[in-house]
This record gives sequence, C-alpha cells and structure tokens, in this order.
Amino acid sequence: MTTTVLDVGAVDRSFGDRQVLKDVSFSVAAGRLTGFVGANGAGKTTTMRIILGVLAADSGTVTWRGVPVTREARQRFGYMPEERGLYPKMTVADQVVYLARLHGLSAADARRRTTALLDRLELGPRAGDQVEKLSLGNQQRVQIAAALVHDPELLVLDEPFSGLDPLAADSVVTVLRERAAAGAAVLFSSHQLELVERLCDDLVIIADGTIRAAGSRDELRGQHTLARYAIEVEADAGWLRDEPGVTIVDLDGAHAVLELAPGTDDQHILRAALAHGPVRSFGPVRPSLAEIFREVIK
Amino acid sequence: MTTFAAARLVLGREIRAKLRDKAFLFSTVSFLFIIIASIAIPTLIGGGATKVAAVDSAAGAALRQAGFEIVEVPDAAAAERLVRDGDVEAAVVAGPRVIALDEQPDEVVKALSTAPEVQLLDELPYNRALAIIVPLAIAMLCYLTSLLFGLQIAQSVVEEKATRIVEILVSSVSPRALLAGKVGAMSILAFAQIALLAVVTVVGLKVTGTDAGLLDVIAPALGWFLPFFVLGFVMLATIWAAVGALAARMEDLGSTSGTAQMIVLIPFFAVIFLRDNPAALTALSYFPLSSPMAMPIRIFQQDAAGWEPFLALAIVAVTAALLLGVGARIYEGSLLRTNTRTSILAAWKTRPTAG
Repeated sequence: MTTTVLDVGAVDRSFGDRQVLKDVSFSVAAGRLTGFVGANGAGKTTTMRIILGVLAADSGTVTWRGVPVTREARQRFGYMPEERGLYPKMTVADQVVYLARLHGLSAADARRRTTALLDRLELGPRAGDQVEKLSLGNQQRVQIAAALVHDPELLVLDEPFSGLDPLAADSVVTVLRERAAAGAAVLFSSHQLELVERLCDDLVIIADGTIRAAGSRDELRGQHTLARYAIEVEADAGWLRDEPGVTIVDLDGAHAVLELAPGTDDQHILRAALAHGPVRSFGPVRPSLAEIFREVIK
Repeated sequence: MTTFAAARLVLGREIRAKLRDKAFLFSTVSFLFIIIASIAIPTLIGGGATKVAAVDSAAGAALRQAGFEIVEVPDAAAAERLVRDGDVEAAVVAGPRVIALDEQPDEVVKALSTAPEVQLLDELPYNRALAIIVPLAIAMLCYLTSLLFGLQIAQSVVEEKATRIVEILVSSVSPRALLAGKVGAMSILAFAQIALLAVVTVVGLKVTGTDAGLLDVIAPALGWFLPFFVLGFVMLATIWAAVGALAARMEDLGSTSGTAQMIVLIPFFAVIFLRDNPAALTALSYFPLSSPMAMPIRIFQQDAAGWEPFLALAIVAVTAALLLGVGARIYEGSLLRTNTRTSILAAWKTRPTAG
C-alpha cells in the first residue's frame, strides 16, 4: 500500500505564447523513488520548479498531503536544480549549514547534521575548504548534501546523475534509496533510462508538456507488454512459421521472437516446441523502459 | 520560518562573506589610511615651533607669547651667525631689526607689529576654507558610499544568479526575504564604515589638536547628515539589487547599472556645481535624490529653517518606500532569468513566484 503525498493536478504553464505544460497531473508516493522521464524541453524542469514554488503555475494545483503547498511545507522539501549552484567562496561546511538554516533548522542542529552528512558523503576532510577549490565531482556531492541536510520529506532532483562518474552515481543511488526507505518521497528526472529503470519504483513520462504515462514501473510494463515471446531451441525454429496464431517478429536459426494472436495458448506453443526437440528458453519479452518510452511519446 | 527570520539569516551570511572579502577589507583600510594621513601629515610637516634668535629679551618675550621658540643670543653677530647656519629662521636684534636669510619672515614681523582692530559686519561662524571643504566632503561621502556599496549589492545579487544558487535559495525562502537581508547587510556595513571613518576623524582631530572648534561648527550638519544618509542609502539599495538581478553575468553589470550610476552621479554633480547658488541648492535639498547631500550642506551654511530638514526627510522616506516597491518587483521578476540579461519591462511583467 503506497501513500500518495504529492499531487500535481491539472497544471498549465506558458512562457509568452508558448505553452510548456498542458494539464499536467501525476502523484508521488512516500517511501518510493519516482522517475520523471522526458526528452529535452518536454517540461520536466518547469514542472519541478512549479512543485518547489520557484515558478508559479498559470492554473492547476500542487498539494502536499492533501493541502495546497505552502512555503511552510516547502521548508521540508529538498531541491537539487539542474543548473547546480553554490557560493564559490564559502566553505563546504558553512554552505551546507547555511542552507540547512534557511530550511528552518536551529544552528546546533544544522551543524550536527552537516558534519554527519559530509562524513557520510566522504567529504569530511574537505569541510573547511572553499567550494571553488573542490573537484567538480566533489562539488556535486556538496550539492547533494545541500539538498539532503534538512532531512526532507520530499526530495526533488533535476538530473541528479548528469556529470557524475559511475562511482559517484552509485553513491547517489545508495543515498536516495536510503532516504526512500526512511519514508521520504523522491522525484528525480533523468535522461539515463537504464539507470531510471534500475532505480525507480514509479515512473512519470512527459512529452511536449503532457503526461503520457504514469504509474508503478511494473504496472507500466504490464500495460505495455505485448503478447510477445522469445524462444530458444536446440535445432532450427523455422517450424514456428506454420503454427496457427503465431506471427514471427524475428527468426534467427534456433532463436525466435514471436507474437501470439489473442486467445492463443502460450503453453501450447511450448509443448509444440518440446515436440520438435529440446527447448533452452521460453518466456514473455518484457519491454525495456526505453521501448516503453519510445512507444508512449509517439 | 518567517520572512523576518529568513532575512536575518541572509543578512548574517552577507555580512560574514563581506568581512572575509579581501577587496572590501582593502577599501576600508585604504579609506582609514587616507584619513589618518591627511590629519597626521600636516601636523608632522608643521614640526615644532619656528626658532627665532633674540638679543633683546623684551622682543623675545613678545615672540615667545606668539608661539615662537626663542634662542637668546648675546649680540647681533652671534644672531647673524645662527641665521647663516640655518639654526634659526630669523633673528631679532636691537632696533628692533629682523634678520633673515633669503625670505621675508612675515610671521615674525606680524608678531612684532601692532595690527589695527578689525570689525566684520557679517562674520561667518567658520573660516572660508571650511565653507568649501565641508559641503564637498558631505557630497563626496554620500556619492562614494552609494556608488561603492550599491555596486557591491548588485555584485552579490549577480553572483547568486551566475552561480545558480539562487534557485535553491528561492525554493526555501521568499525573494523578499533575500532582498531584505541583502539590502540590510549592505546598509549596516556602509553605516559601520562611515561611523568608523567618522570616529577616526574626530579622534584624530582631537589628538593632534587641529580641532580648533571645527567639531562644534559641523556637529548640527553631521547630526542631520546621518538620517539623510541612512534613508538615502536604503532608497537606492533596492534599485542596485534590481540592477544586479537584471544582469545574468558580472559582465552585464556595466550595461544594467548605467541608469543607477546616473541616478547617483547627476545629483552629485548638480550639488557640487550649484552649491553657491542658494535658490538651486534649496531646490536640490528637496529633490529626493540630491536631498541627502544638499540639505546637510544648507544646514551647515545655517540657511535652512528648523522645519525644512523634516520635510525633506519625509520626501526622501516616501521616495524610498516607492523605490523599494519598484526595485523589489524588478528583482523578483528577473531573479530566475539566469540565461541572458533581462529587460526592465520583462522583469516588471513577470509574475512573482508562488506563495
């Protein structure tokens, strides 16, 4: 059972006469990672900025636990904008403490959590250094610390993995999973579909300012799974062409991908295959996120 | 968190950041150095009292009273020798006759002669040098601090835009809190710097004894200068913040700050060039942008009636409130346009961020 905490309802937004969001609605649940996927310019950043109150919506609502989001509620949100930014001359620790205090933490709490978080992100030894003296990867970690330090109930991360090397990306993944496990709702956008596929529980797909699909990853896969099977047999699979109800999508010697007509029993095909000889594998083809994405944004 | 609490946090950060900023520290130290030097150097160069040799002890006593250092010599020959050797500036021998090497010793001559009594019908309460220096100093102080600290406000706004941290800031506190914190911090620093310079000046004048009643003369003007300066500074501070918000990068500041620089520069030159024209100065003392410079000058020249500064101050306060509104709207409207510089019109029309 998942609890929806953030609801984006029928949000419209235009810049000049260009409408960038049209009737955008989706929800984000506590304790889950929600991936926000879309092409460049699809409206991801605008949507996130509206959730954070950095931009106003022309119409529509954003509610948090059932009530319209207030600045008070946003104090408990953490945000990592796509365009990263920190004060270059400020030290790492001062910076994170300052942002924690802007989110309403007391001076003592802010300092305690900053120390703990910087250690957790392996930035402890750099706490006293100016941000501009850090490598880009480490600056990125500071940015993540800035979004996490006040232990937000909702984390909104715009392209958190862009510019990260694989190791740093892994450590971000770990931290995000931890936060979700602790009950936070996490919404993040990404271009890296395999990463989103591996990481997220829920998915929201946006194209041209409209939501094309939203729901749990498995649900979406179920919806977009065609009656398509892959089979690998010992000998040639050419006999499949003569099976009733079978359309060959791809046939390559002992390997074939086929589509079954409605009402065709997959077990019948398996038995027929076994009658022809040993079967190495047989099962439904799960569409990858990239495939679902391509299909829904058509 | 309230807007006030957020503004206080912003203010604290701004002040700490500035106090660590080498350029700011350097400019403060340079100002201090200029003031100390301009008070100390004349005193040092002036050295001690002028040495005069005297044969006649009666003449010597008169000179000693006039502040000269007297070297008693037995005869005219000894006096002449001292003058030739350069040990004394001049010598007074019997006659009385004054001996000097190559320059008329006017001071010595003046001390020995009896001047007729002079009666001035329209005496100024201060000397002519002060009449020129004090208005210039007031106008310069106003102009320089407005410009220097104003540009620093603009720079600190651009820094947040250029580094994109502004988006994180605005997602947690309101743009108004950011603006209030910034303007407040820079105002405090500007006043602190002025106060520091004022204290050093007063202490310097007292210590070197060059005060000579100067402080009593300029005290009323200085007393009024403070509220005018405070309001005048705040009046322009939001405009400077707006100037910063319109730029996307430091390089844009040159073009976006043009208007603001003119707003500071034109009243300054108007006051400097028209300060001897009473009618023009009176007009300038009510025009809000020049009022903080012109009204203290009129008070110094004892030209303003008791109620006049209050009226002028009220005009400045109303203008400050109006410009605060204008500056805040432009600031909020352009704060998140981080790609290119924003036109004032576009900033004005942009809807503010959500509650």
